[in-house]
Amino acid sequence: MLQQAFSKAFTLILGIDQSLFEIVFLSLKVSGLALLIATIIGFAITIILELFKSPFKGITVTIINTFTGLPPVVVGLGLYIILSRSGPLGFLSLLYSPAAMVIAQVILAVPIVASVSHAAVSSTGNSVRQTALCLGATRFQAISAVLLDARYSLMASVINAFGRVMAEVGAVLIVGGNIAHYTRVMTTAIAMETDRGDFELAIALGIILLALSFCINLFFYSMQRKGAKR
Amino acid sequence: MIAILKIITAIGLLTFCFSSTSSAETIRCASTTSTQNSGFFEYILPLFEQDTSIKVHVIAVGTGAALALGKHGDVDVVIVHDKDSELKLVQNGFFIGRHDFMFNDFVIIGPQTDPAEVSGQKTAVEVMKIIYSKKAAFVSRGDDSGTHRKEMNIWKNASLTPDAKLDKWYMSVGQGMSKTIRIAAEKDAYTITDRGTWLAMKDKENLSLKILFEGDPSLFNQYGVMAVNPVKHKHAKFALAAKFIRWLTSVKGQKAIGNFENSHGNSLFIPNAQQEG
Repeated sequence: MLQQAFSKAFTLILGIDQSLFEIVFLSLKVSGLALLIATIIGFAITIILELFKSPFKGITVTIINTFTGLPPVVVGLGLYIILSRSGPLGFLSLLYSPAAMVIAQVILAVPIVASVSHAAVSSTGNSVRQTALCLGATRFQAISAVLLDARYSLMASVINAFGRVMAEVGAVLIVGGNIAHYTRVMTTAIAMETDRGDFELAIALGIILLALSFCINLFFYSMQRKGAKR
Repeated sequence: MIAILKIITAIGLLTFCFSSTSSAETIRCASTTSTQNSGFFEYILPLFEQDTSIKVHVIAVGTGAALALGKHGDVDVVIVHDKDSELKLVQNGFFIGRHDFMFNDFVIIGPQTDPAEVSGQKTAVEVMKIIYSKKAAFVSRGDDSGTHRKEMNIWKNASLTPDAKLDKWYMSVGQGMSKTIRIAAEKDAYTITDRGTWLAMKDKENLSLKILFEGDPSLFNQYGVMAVNPVKHKHAKFALAAKFIRWLTSVKGQKAIGNFENSHGNSLFIPNAQQEG
């Protein structure tokens, strides 16, 4: 069966199967956009946590760390209740759209970006910041120095979050609806083909998803390497 | 503050990125996984789109969930198979324009050796009584789907209430039809399935099960289509939904349904809409 799945994966890729490209493209579009937004918000949280040494910092970090384990189905269901026509944000008519899927993935990715990047910054941050401040830097400059110093670890937080959003199925299935040619992505297609009993196609899609993730991670890695050489 | 600004910009960006996709005339239809998995929508929707240039987005869930989506106003039309609850919801004003439009039937499948010896029985109720009294392994959908509701109905008519907690032989799995059948095959258990899903799976996977009981009128599986009531949900696209319903129940739509075959050449649905006038 695995052998058949591999050969099927190759025929799908080589045959430039149009519906395959459609779902691959949508997967990348949704996850890419979600990752971008989550990175901005996650880094902002880290900066705010570092800038303002509030007494609530400990509990905030703990809450963020807890949210890294959010079950996707719960996120999907919560978002469904909010975005449903009968829910508080129903007037936006976002449910069953790619935008709703992006929001779900942002919610899942933000805690990971914030948690990992904060851990990175807080381990080296203090000494770097003290040094910067001693050298006459403003508070903002000091934070920039901390972020610059921790850039590889920050990148790791983004890579981690990328892994989560690309592999996630529970939330996007609920808020996206797995609508053919509209909200069907790699993971929901895999779930559906499994349900349909087309195991080879499901595994083939899984292989393609993994290969895709590998290429993107290779790109991330080369970026990290390039940064390190400088 | 900066963070909030960024979030607002991001949401703006998001709306912009996807705004192009929501043009054209599109309606949403909530239906069941078994209908989708049979390939029915892939066959019928292009024909409908050709005639009317209306696109139909299908969201496949269980019957219970599909009805809930309609009640909440998240879809415009539903295609499900639980006539009693459909009629009740029409009565309560959630849906309008309900039509019977096609049917198939349920069958009781089990291990080829039929350890509980149910195959000679006359009614589904008798079959279930034997399974109950012999404590033969039975897998239940347990997901409030149309099939699950049908199963519960038969138990009710048999005046029996298997308890998933106490009765070890009764497994409530809470999964879709094909997964439930797979579990039944692995556990050498009986289960109840719609004929379409069974036919599709039997040819594809080497399952150690076979049909042991069929043909009882109580196993009749009527599919209905109905529109979300625009009085309850102003935004529901009733005019387009009504067009869809009219097409499905028209002579042309009915003929198309009758001609549908799954990828193994089995006819899965028999059209039975009442022609008007």
